[in-house]
Amino acid sequence: MDSAISDPARSRPPLQSTADNGLKIVIVGGFGVGKTTMVRSVSDIRPLNTEETMTRAGEGVDDLTQVRDKTTTTIAFDFGRISLNQQTVLYLFGAPGQERFWFLWDRLFTGTLGAVVLVDTRRLADSWYAIDRLEQHGTPFIVARNDFGGPFHTAEAVRDALDLPESVPLVDCDARSRASSRDVLIALVNHLYALAAARENLR
Amino acid sequence: MSRPGRDEDPDRLYTVTGGRSRAGSDELDLVTLIVSESEPVPGMQSEHAAILRICRNPTAVVEVASDMNLPVSIVRILLDDLLAAGRVTARHPRTSAAADQLPDPEILKQVLVGLRNL
Repeated sequence: MDSAISDPARSRPPLQSTADNGLKIVIVGGFGVGKTTMVRSVSDIRPLNTEETMTRAGEGVDDLTQVRDKTTTTIAFDFGRISLNQQTVLYLFGAPGQERFWFLWDRLFTGTLGAVVLVDTRRLADSWYAIDRLEQHGTPFIVARNDFGGPFHTAEAVRDALDLPESVPLVDCDARSRASSRDVLIALVNHLYALAAARENLR
Repeated sequence: MSRPGRDEDPDRLYTVTGGRSRAGSDELDLVTLIVSESEPVPGMQSEHAAILRICRNPTAVVEVASDMNLPVSIVRILLDDLLAAGRVTARHPRTSAAADQLPDPEILKQVLVGLRNL
């Protein structure tokens, strides 16, 4: 059992003292779809785990003694990080797509650059809810299908099954591969860049 | 989703934060980088001392929470204490050029260059 406070000098390379801008990208997907695998593939550090709790009726609660009477939501999530340059550090979060998670989305992931919805083509229905919520939150995202060696589906078939508009990129990946996972992130950032450029042109 | 063996006793969290369950209105972002500005001193609350040790190099709020095995919301409260006392400083994310949702293109360019160098 862990002690309340772990040794902070655990084997994790520290960030440079010049690091001053933390960014985040969220990888959303159902259980076993490869979120943590993808985080591990591209992270500079072994993925870490933490959790957040919140009470549904949490607003205005100033005293934890009241909490036991409320519905408490606890969400655990993995994360890793990539130092992009001397100042900029990209944090990657693996987030479960299930319903209760979305109560904490704003609290955890406001300001995220964007999201990757990681899907297993054998279980596409697992992704419907996450895609719907991201659209509702206005969070830009792409869909990446992780190759589990299942039967081949055309991109069109996957789009149809997910009811995914043409404007949302769909890419293939192998979450175990560093290069492939990096390419998914590049595809997301290219998508964000195109959206930002389109917005600039409207001004 | 909680890990077995984790101490989720509300009484412990109550003690750690002196009974508060919410941070100030300007909540620290998960990826705000925290930097210690002083060393722990004798008599300091052990959680505060641990944070000062963890943050000798810039460390994101979420990393502090993971290192301390505490929920993010509790760590935000502890960090607010240290910020108010001037014992740590916070480097907030610079993501968006404006209040709208899409990130600053200059930041996105930096991210692309960094990712391509992986």
